[in-house]
Amino acid sequence: MTRFFDSDVFYAFRTSPVAICSLVVTVLLVLSAVFAPLIATTNPFDPASLNLMNGFTPPMEPNAFTGERFWLGTDDQGRDVYSTILYGLRISLFVGISAVLLAMVIGIFLGLLSGYVGGWTETIIMRAADVQLTFPSILVAMLIFGVAKGVTPVEYRDQMAIWVLILAIGLSDWVQFARVVRGATLVEKSKDYVAAARLIGRSPLAIMIRHILPNVLSPVLVIATISLALAIIAEATLSFLGVGAPATQPSLGTLIRIGQGFLFSGEWWILAFPACTLLVLALAVNLLGDWLRDALNPRLR
Amino acid sequence: MLSFIVKRVGQSVLVLLVTGLVAFSMFTFVGDPIDNMLGQERTMEDVERLRTQLGLDQPFVVQYVRFLEQAAQGNFGISYRQGRPVAEILMERAPATLELAAVSGILAIVMGIALGVFTAIRRDGVAANLIMSISLIGVSLPTFLIGILLIYLFSVELGWLPSFGRGETVKIGGWSTGFLTESGLKALILPAITLGLYQMTLIMRLVRSEMLEVLRQDYVRFARARGLSNRVVNFRHALKNTMVPVITVIGLQLGSIIAFAIITETVFQWPGVGLLFINAIQFVDIPVMAAYLMLISVMFVAINLLVDILYAMIDPRLRSAS
Amino acid sequence: MTKPVLSIVNLTVEIPTRRGIFKPVEGVSYDIRPGEIRGVVGESGAGKSMTGNAVIGLLDPPARITEGEVWLNGRRIDQLDAEGKRRIRGGEIAMIFQDPLTSLNPLFTVGEQLVETIQLHLGLSATEAQKRAIALLDRVRIPNAKERFHQYPHQFSGGMRQRVVIALALCSEPSVIVADEPTTALDVSIQAQVLDLIKELARERQVGVILVTHDMGVIADTTDQVTVMYEGRVVEQGTTSQILGAPTHAYTKSLIAAVPRPQVKLRRFPQVSYGGRDTAFKIEDLARNWDRSTTSKSGTLLEVKGLTKRFLEKGAILPSHRRYFTAVDDVSFDIKDGEVFGLVGESGSGKSTVARMLATLYPVDGGTVTFDGQEITGMTAKQLSAYRKQIQMIFQDPFSSLNPRMSVGDIVAEPLAHHKLLSRSEVGPRVRELLDRVGLAPDAYRKYPHEFSGGQRQRISIARALATQPRFLICDEPTSALDVSIQAQILNILKDLQEHLGLTMLFISHDLPVVRQMCDRVGVMRQGKLVEVQETSALFERPQSSYTRELLDLMPRLEQLSEKEIADLRT
Repeated sequence: MTRFFDSDVFYAFRTSPVAICSLVVTVLLVLSAVFAPLIATTNPFDPASLNLMNGFTPPMEPNAFTGERFWLGTDDQGRDVYSTILYGLRISLFVGISAVLLAMVIGIFLGLLSGYVGGWTETIIMRAADVQLTFPSILVAMLIFGVAKGVTPVEYRDQMAIWVLILAIGLSDWVQFARVVRGATLVEKSKDYVAAARLIGRSPLAIMIRHILPNVLSPVLVIATISLALAIIAEATLSFLGVGAPATQPSLGTLIRIGQGFLFSGEWWILAFPACTLLVLALAVNLLGDWLRDALNPRLR
Repeated sequence: MLSFIVKRVGQSVLVLLVTGLVAFSMFTFVGDPIDNMLGQERTMEDVERLRTQLGLDQPFVVQYVRFLEQAAQGNFGISYRQGRPVAEILMERAPATLELAAVSGILAIVMGIALGVFTAIRRDGVAANLIMSISLIGVSLPTFLIGILLIYLFSVELGWLPSFGRGETVKIGGWSTGFLTESGLKALILPAITLGLYQMTLIMRLVRSEMLEVLRQDYVRFARARGLSNRVVNFRHALKNTMVPVITVIGLQLGSIIAFAIITETVFQWPGVGLLFINAIQFVDIPVMAAYLMLISVMFVAINLLVDILYAMIDPRLRSAS
Repeated sequence: MTKPVLSIVNLTVEIPTRRGIFKPVEGVSYDIRPGEIRGVVGESGAGKSMTGNAVIGLLDPPARITEGEVWLNGRRIDQLDAEGKRRIRGGEIAMIFQDPLTSLNPLFTVGEQLVETIQLHLGLSATEAQKRAIALLDRVRIPNAKERFHQYPHQFSGGMRQRVVIALALCSEPSVIVADEPTTALDVSIQAQVLDLIKELARERQVGVILVTHDMGVIADTTDQVTVMYEGRVVEQGTTSQILGAPTHAYTKSLIAAVPRPQVKLRRFPQVSYGGRDTAFKIEDLARNWDRSTTSKSGTLLEVKGLTKRFLEKGAILPSHRRYFTAVDDVSFDIKDGEVFGLVGESGSGKSTVARMLATLYPVDGGTVTFDGQEITGMTAKQLSAYRKQIQMIFQDPFSSLNPRMSVGDIVAEPLAHHKLLSRSEVGPRVRELLDRVGLAPDAYRKYPHEFSGGQRQRISIARALATQPRFLICDEPTSALDVSIQAQILNILKDLQEHLGLTMLFISHDLPVVRQMCDRVGVMRQGKLVEVQETSALFERPQSSYTRELLDLMPRLEQLSEKEIADLRT
């Protein structure tokens, strides 16, 4: 642990206000998502706690009928925007993180395999990756979502939507990881420490996991962070387009979709606050990824 | 060189075959076409007859080949939702999307490369750092939010530009263009910026990082050591080397412009194929989804092939490799 | 004496780091006269390249000149602004970099790069510049200059590219050339030609040359004046014969002494003691519990017959369309018990490929390898595991041969744990013991490879190799990435291993003097074929093949040693 605090990366972190800020913001947002039920004023999805009379209350002003005040106002159904954002954040982060994890696991596995084993295995995996890369990931995600929607019975569609979303974004994003891991694996494989391990007699699996994997993790970390921002945006985009999280389990994207309808009639807060939250989240994660890439790339220093 | 192109063409055909397979599998496994085509009142004989008629009793491979044949002739079947031939609907919608994509593509490439080179050369300058910071916001801002923001500002608040639709169009042959009317051009501005902005930031950041990488190379140091001016080093030596990897990625980016058009078209209710596709997904209109997939994969493949050839023209190592 | 073209006076370069200010160059002064070659020699980190970069204004920030002056043809140039420095660069001062493969822009023809530089500096018309460029290519002895003018850098070999780089440096008719390790990346035969060319051009055009190198042989062959640097300072300078013949500073003496001599075999390498680097190696302790019971029955431990390796050069779906490159072609030799067998050759001669086949890292395409009466091709997994326990390998690059993410303790423990030679609780103490024996401090166990210097890493590699108590050790250029003083230490350790533990070794090197010192018998390889095999002394005194003779002729030599000096060295 002391080794970590003395490392150049930690030093670079300590001296970069941008890095510290973005990490703090990210952590705060993740924490508020995790503890949403505790810090939200109401559970916006519990019909019992809703009062339609509270609809369209502007932020910080008392409602015309009930006199109740809401920090960030309410939406058309009288749901507290602050609480819906917290719950939306939960969905957005859950989908984003799960999708990146899925992509990462698939990508690392296939990348290591094709890089280390080579031959036909490599050709097949990388050709598949090339074909998929020809199509933008958002489109792949839409297609997977569309197909999955087609095969799920209508009554389960809403329930399954979140998982389908994770699957769609995760499967659309593994190529990045696989390519980076394969590239790094090819570099590491040619190094003599791998030859030394082979000479000792370690099995290919042991070499891949024990020797190569730890050495290819730092580019993976960078990609994962940047992918997280992209996955969150992708999820929001899909939900905004109406092919993502359903209205019963709204993510930030769904909230923006709902809010868009009221923008032109003057109820700006229903859209503005979820949009700001999404922007701040994506920006913080992006800044973190950007900083990580510079800090972990020794050539830039 | 020739063998390189032949190889690439081969790969493109492979890509098309794979996409065809995906599209065809959607037909076969997602939803039953018989269900979709016959109403509630049907007999077993009807089902059997239609099955034979459609060739659904044939083996998978035979059906796949038939699908490809049909697709090559532009026959993708009938939309479940609109009940019209899919090809006809697509042809109606395609000009809108292509015009939008072309304008924003040019915008993204020209501005992206110019800003990328600028920020790489003036690495530590105030303006370059400002542009980089703004670009990070650009990357973090989802396309649909940019669109909503622009609509709010220029349509709702200022009332300068229309917030939806394509304006008036003029028909030239089978092509309906919005370039020739004032309202058509006005309607194009906001969607084009929305669609181009995100791609522009990506291209700019890519050009910047590739160029910085090139500027660190020995041959650039050696060019400087020979006393070549900054202008010659930056724009002759470094820029050409930067363009080699950048061109590949720009090819991919052009592809994603067509995909991201889906989002822009939804926000602006732009009557293109993207909007058609998103509606198809919502209503599980498989023939439209499959046709869209085939159409854009043809476009992607064409773009990529073009990029590869361009790539080989720039890099002498590839040219003489054969 | 003529006036110097370039004078460096009391130059200091500083780099601010988070742990204080680091001075890679401190108070360095020297002069260059027209037509003179000044060698700047020292080990890595001595500040020799940094001085050259400072002179031509190519320091990478945050490094900066904080003190001193640089004078060029009577003009002070260190205080010029960026534009002024650029005018001098490539004009009056030209530069040659180490790696010819990366010095040329791959997307422009050689001609384009030459013409561009000539036009910039001499203001000639395009046709005249082209004429001049072709004349220059001709001058640096590139055959068919007219045709090659239109070719791209990737169509040139390494040596030819370095000639192009030299031609580029000459474009502006400079008065000084800074050559930073110009031949380090090249083979010996090419190295000699390039150095000759530089020597010739310096005389002919009256150019002053700063030749930065770590190689005493290059200094002896090429330079007129020598500056010896150590940790950023000049320790000694003077004419080449003076410095090599009668060095006065202790560091210079130790540096010269550590250079392996091709003329005579010594029992041990003279070690550089300057600067107090650790040299401890406890061979007696190691030998005490070394199991030496196994010896082969026939006296020949390893027998190689008709060994062949082909690499796929161009893949194709049809086997008949595939093109192969034969890296090792019908190679046969044997290694006796307890012998050190050397393989020499230039890069690409296939010597490392042989080593990797013996180590089972590459599959064998043809021929047989017999180890202690057992053929290794076609061994079962169990036999193979037993074989691997008995062979170990020391690699060339100490920076890539240790896994950067594993602690040193884990690295050395891995072979013990894998072969289950010791119980879990015994592994730790055994590893600590091994690290201690190879001269590393006890805290090395928990550290990671990046915390060690190149020489220390090679010691870690040796500890790992010794962990399974092997009988056969393959050393693939074990010291070619190391400074000469460290090289002496490592070579002495290897000699100890052979003498005290009776290890049999295959020693691979491109460095003939080192081979002379290390090996009992030597095989010479060229383009995948074994050219000749001889006793070491016989090979050096009566080479059989013309290729060996050529290699020996090209070998850079230090001074001719007197009988007395040889006698001194022997003791």
